[in-house]
Amino acid sequence: MQLIYEQSVNGRRGVKLPVSDVPSAAELPENLLRRESAALPEVSELDLVRHFTNLSRRNYSLDTNFYPLGSCTMKYNAKVLENAAALFAPFHPMTALLPGGVEFCQGSLGMLYDLGQMLADITGMDEVTTQPLAGAHGEMTGILLIAAYHAARGNKAKKKYVVVPDSSHGTNPASASIAGYEIITVPTASYGDMDIELFKKAMNDEVAAVMMTCPNTLGLFNPHIKEISDIAHSHDALMYYDGANLNAIMGKVKPGDVGFDVIHVNLHKTFGTPHGGGGPGAGPVGVKKELIPFLPQPRIVMNDDGQFLLEDQKAASIGRTANFFGNFSVMAKAYAYIIMLGRDGLIRVSEQAVLNANYIKERLKAYYDLPYDMTCMHECVFSASKQLEHGVHAIDVAKFLIDKGYHPPTVYFPLIVKEAIMIEPTETESKATLDAFIDVMIEAAMTAETNPQLLHDAPVTTPVGRLDETKAAREQNVCCIG
Amino acid sequence: MNDSHYCPHTPEEIQEMLSAIGVASVEELFSPIPSELRAKTFNLPPGLSEFETFDKMKSIASDNGGGMSAFVGGGFYDHIIPAAVDHLSGRAEFYTAYTPYQPECSQGTLQALFEYQTAICRLTGMGVSNASLYDGGTACAEAAMMALRITGRNKIIVDGCVNPFSRQVLKTYLYNLDVEVIEIAPLDGLLNREELAGMLDESVAAVLVQNPNFFGCVDDFTALAQQVHALDALLIASVYPISLGLLATPGEMGVDITVGDGQSLGNPLSFGGPSFGFIAAKKAHIRNMPGRIIGETVDKQGRRGFVLTLQAREQHIKRHKATSNICSNQGLCALRGLIFLSAIGRQGLVDMARMNRDKAEYAKAQLVSIPGVTALQSAATFNEFTIFLPKPADGVVAELLRKDIIAGVPLGQYYQGSENCLVVTVTEKRSRKEIDLLVKELEVAVCN
Repeated sequence: MQLIYEQSVNGRRGVKLPVSDVPSAAELPENLLRRESAALPEVSELDLVRHFTNLSRRNYSLDTNFYPLGSCTMKYNAKVLENAAALFAPFHPMTALLPGGVEFCQGSLGMLYDLGQMLADITGMDEVTTQPLAGAHGEMTGILLIAAYHAARGNKAKKKYVVVPDSSHGTNPASASIAGYEIITVPTASYGDMDIELFKKAMNDEVAAVMMTCPNTLGLFNPHIKEISDIAHSHDALMYYDGANLNAIMGKVKPGDVGFDVIHVNLHKTFGTPHGGGGPGAGPVGVKKELIPFLPQPRIVMNDDGQFLLEDQKAASIGRTANFFGNFSVMAKAYAYIIMLGRDGLIRVSEQAVLNANYIKERLKAYYDLPYDMTCMHECVFSASKQLEHGVHAIDVAKFLIDKGYHPPTVYFPLIVKEAIMIEPTETESKATLDAFIDVMIEAAMTAETNPQLLHDAPVTTPVGRLDETKAAREQNVCCIG
Repeated sequence: MNDSHYCPHTPEEIQEMLSAIGVASVEELFSPIPSELRAKTFNLPPGLSEFETFDKMKSIASDNGGGMSAFVGGGFYDHIIPAAVDHLSGRAEFYTAYTPYQPECSQGTLQALFEYQTAICRLTGMGVSNASLYDGGTACAEAAMMALRITGRNKIIVDGCVNPFSRQVLKTYLYNLDVEVIEIAPLDGLLNREELAGMLDESVAAVLVQNPNFFGCVDDFTALAQQVHALDALLIASVYPISLGLLATPGEMGVDITVGDGQSLGNPLSFGGPSFGFIAAKKAHIRNMPGRIIGETVDKQGRRGFVLTLQAREQHIKRHKATSNICSNQGLCALRGLIFLSAIGRQGLVDMARMNRDKAEYAKAQLVSIPGVTALQSAATFNEFTIFLPKPADGVVAELLRKDIIAGVPLGQYYQGSENCLVVTVTEKRSRKEIDLLVKELEVAVCN
């Protein structure tokens, strides 16, 4: 398909602007002006609409295809959430920061406050900030809160390390590293979780935090989690909960009850807001009360009259992690999602997410190697090691699925499983969809034995076949030279 | 009875699935969670229908003050959004997809982001752009960390004329690192070049400036870039994309890393988000860029296609050695930015920028005709400018809010001794009638 720039015609105009109702201003001095206008596309509105409509048709998406991308919780995004968020489009965030301004923002501030309260209940935390703009941003915010906590106790110099299991999301060590910590990685034991004995050896008083995903990236709930928390706390290390997998446990277990001190939640995963082709998400952070003084400012508080105010003068605060109040419209969607599903609805979400994952796991384990064969939570991780005997890799299975109209599961993650295929169906998929997907996975396993070349050649139904990534990295053509 | 939204199984289907798994109940699937760890309370309210949910959201939105006439910026700007932006970015194939990890079935998102990167490069005059960051403030912080990596130094100098929120975000990002952040207090609404000269030496990784700055002043950083480069340090500039319809580009000035907030490019105000941050740099710095980058390539048949490239910089490969921890970005908002720029077009952006300046100049001339009101004269301005009032700006702004006018940002809480200063923003959306009403009401407020 042509690029929009290749359809550009000099002098063609798209959107008509209003006619100015004020006199023209005197020209700016020459050194302040750009020498040539930016070579943006010059297309008609119809050309524009066709271009982006046709581009969109080159995507698989949740609304068009089953999308069991492990660790990403690609659940259905209810349409009413979009309508609800659009209600807030006209409100300028600076209004709340002006003298006398909060009076005009009670709806928005109140919604953020209530969302924080509901997330606190779901996660067992005492207060939530909605400022962080994505999961990884929440992680960094959370680790900075932990750094501030240690600094306030005079331990800034002493606390040097953050401990992560080797099954963790890459963002965990990256966030801790960006926040100034060195990383200690603990291997996974045969029971599918961080090796408790190795963990005990790794722990010392210089550890600032332990970052865990629970259930972990193998989809397994860690039965030692309380013990791990207790050990961490005995070294004055705080427990960080990566909320990427919260969809498995709502109403069943609260991270705050099992010893976690800081948590982020991914609203775009658990709370049904769309993923947008890579974002925006939102990563609110919840903390136990000891960490409240360090939360980002401004903090939304409610006074005795039920009015929402902004508190912006806490000396202990880590400051600001975003320019305003976070990805507000994502928050509006998550808020609408939570009030719509309600208490029982959210419990049902977790139950059926876990049911669907276990159903796929049981139905496929005769065909694919299941390195950790036990009851899983919301996702299951297979290995294509059986298929590898025929020269077929996880990526080949993935590409075969594309030809059959399925977005592939996450492959090659977690890194600890060779040829990993990580499947997260979510609760919103019907049994018929799951059965059809299982049939295609079985077909892929059969084809790996009978006709592996077919898998190597896949996909053939897409606008392009497998792409030369080496060429892309070598040539670095990352923008179209005009 | 299936009473839960969006969980489609019937009781019969659930039974069939439980049998296939070999358990008696759904509850049995939660047996790996030790019973003493199970939640004891769960106090959320009961669920609502879709209709009731939307009704409640409408009621919440109506608790905000609506229909205000906004002469306020501070990083977010009330600009025209062509209808096509909502409709096209609202295509479910875009908004319900995720990160394009599988390029063959994600060419829509990948090509769009390649076109976005191109638009940002052309707009800013830089050689390489990534596929978006979170917002303007976090983009400043990422640029600073990028400069620390490139230079191996640990000092950042920040012009006090940079948006105060972005400065705070930058400081928070660097909070626990062994990095010195020095702020230079503004001089007449501009960078204090003399003070900066006294601080510039070979320990400095980068200098961060903004154009137009928080006071609305437009500056030329060409000489500054040369001065900074002479010390092998980098110049980072935060810019307001709409202003680049008219103003000299960071590329023309010799800036090394350009950042900014993309909200003004087709993203609604939405009480502060989501927008997107952009970051663009000289091409030599591509391997030190944070976040995703889309690259052009071909398939076996030679057909052009696009992929995520240079992924060895990123957290999912490099873990704690990654150039950034960013994973989810603001892809859909960046797509909106691209559609906006494509709809407005090359000449359209020039015309739009000019209209912003014309309206702001008109408003400035009217406001300074009020007795006791003067304008900061130190530099040219784009669509924002600073005026001095004969009394504290806080009270004036609060008074005008009650008349549904958001008159601007009082500077008192951001700069000591600036209690009487007000930054007024005028975009192309504000009519002459609205401007005249602002002038009338502001005159009433300052004369009271």
